[in-house]
Amino acid sequence: MKANVVIIGGGISGVSIAYNLAKKGMKNIIVFDDNYMTGGATGRCGAGVRQQWATKMNCVLAKQSVDFFERAQEELGYHRDVEFKQEGYLIVATTLKEDAQFEKNVTLQNSVGIPTKKLTPLEAKEIVPHLNIEEVISATYCKTDGHLNPFLMTDAYYHAAKRLGVKFFYQEKVNEIIVSKGKIKKVITDNYEVETNKVVNAAGGYAHEVGLMAGVEIPVYSENHQILVTEPVEKIQGPMVISFSKNIYCQQVPHGSFIMGRSDKNAAHDHDISSGHLFLDEMVKTAVDLLPPLQELRVTRAWGGSYNISPDRQPIIGDTDQLKGFYMACGFSGHGFMFAPVTGELISDIILDLPTDIEKEKLHIDRFKNMKETDFETSVV
Amino acid sequence: MNKDNVIICRCEDVSLKDLHDVLNEGYSDFETIKRILRVGMGPCQGNSCGLLVQREIAKFTKTPLNEVKLQKVRPLITGVKMKSIIEALEDES
Repeated sequence: MKANVVIIGGGISGVSIAYNLAKKGMKNIIVFDDNYMTGGATGRCGAGVRQQWATKMNCVLAKQSVDFFERAQEELGYHRDVEFKQEGYLIVATTLKEDAQFEKNVTLQNSVGIPTKKLTPLEAKEIVPHLNIEEVISATYCKTDGHLNPFLMTDAYYHAAKRLGVKFFYQEKVNEIIVSKGKIKKVITDNYEVETNKVVNAAGGYAHEVGLMAGVEIPVYSENHQILVTEPVEKIQGPMVISFSKNIYCQQVPHGSFIMGRSDKNAAHDHDISSGHLFLDEMVKTAVDLLPPLQELRVTRAWGGSYNISPDRQPIIGDTDQLKGFYMACGFSGHGFMFAPVTGELISDIILDLPTDIEKEKLHIDRFKNMKETDFETSVV
Repeated sequence: MNKDNVIICRCEDVSLKDLHDVLNEGYSDFETIKRILRVGMGPCQGNSCGLLVQREIAKFTKTPLNEVKLQKVRPLITGVKMKSIIEALEDES
């Protein structure tokens, strides 16, 4: 087989990249994924989309992505409902430091057109009546943030890309990238050999390993983040509720169930995606403390998935001087799902050498050569 | 037999027609079908629908039944109220 580009990873980033390349006229695109569709980080994520960030770059990426999500159902011509719900994210501050940071965040977000508002605890309670505001100092709320079904959003991109001629191979593991004289020659999988001179690394949790296959060192690692889901109940909560200080995000999805997650600062840097009782205990305590009526809900399932973490918690998108023809979209640090539209738009522009409005050098892997110049994203659970 | 009236997954209210529709779209492994239709994601985690879905996949793809992988079963084994989890924690300490 021959291909103009091989994309490694068929999660949300990979399908978005494939769709955008095909839409801009590229032919002969192949996507390989060693798992079933959304078997990796995409299918394990918290299903939220937000624009409330502390770095300008993340704000810009998120806004452009939400702009796409608003028209995704129509543009992709998908036959199922991607379950896009814009009922906001409510982020609560429980420390003075957070309160001061949120003040700055709102100014930054407003400056790029994100309609975030700073709220008093009582105003927050009007939006989420069952919120326990005892420790809440203030909150920020952006009504255009929301929820999307990660499986169906991926499937929507997949169908649209397939109609444009992209070839997908799931459960087909890439084993080797053959490089000769500084150029990519071939991608070898379990069953195929593909001649190509372009590879896109969209391998999510395995981005570092895929880089190494081509001799490219990418400064990312993976760690396990766990989530639980409850039985579905009648709708009581519109927005996603987040607290960075309390280490929780929690939303009620359109299906009726509550999805919630938190991070473990002692998580090992590896590919563990198991789910254990320590998470369950801490998660339930935190959730019931902040949203007391949830205590009556039954927990039905729990799982884990990989965050692929970059040094500044912002994605790495672009090419590299380490190897011609090698592109990467990784290190999303837990936010690859919500940034997928802009990821596909930007990397397709970079590959096809088209102009772009985004300051792409700020997302380039070379920014870490001088870390002082990059902003560190603090708004991460 | 009206396939719309044959319920495969009681937790998530998925009919035989829904299942045949995704098989006709080309999806043939349990995990992908689970993510699209939610079969096996309800409180029973596939204890009711699992074998039915497996049989339909086997028939459709003409694969021996024992070669069709079942869905991954996740913790918890059964639904537990959050307040029971908290009470159990308090008993421990």
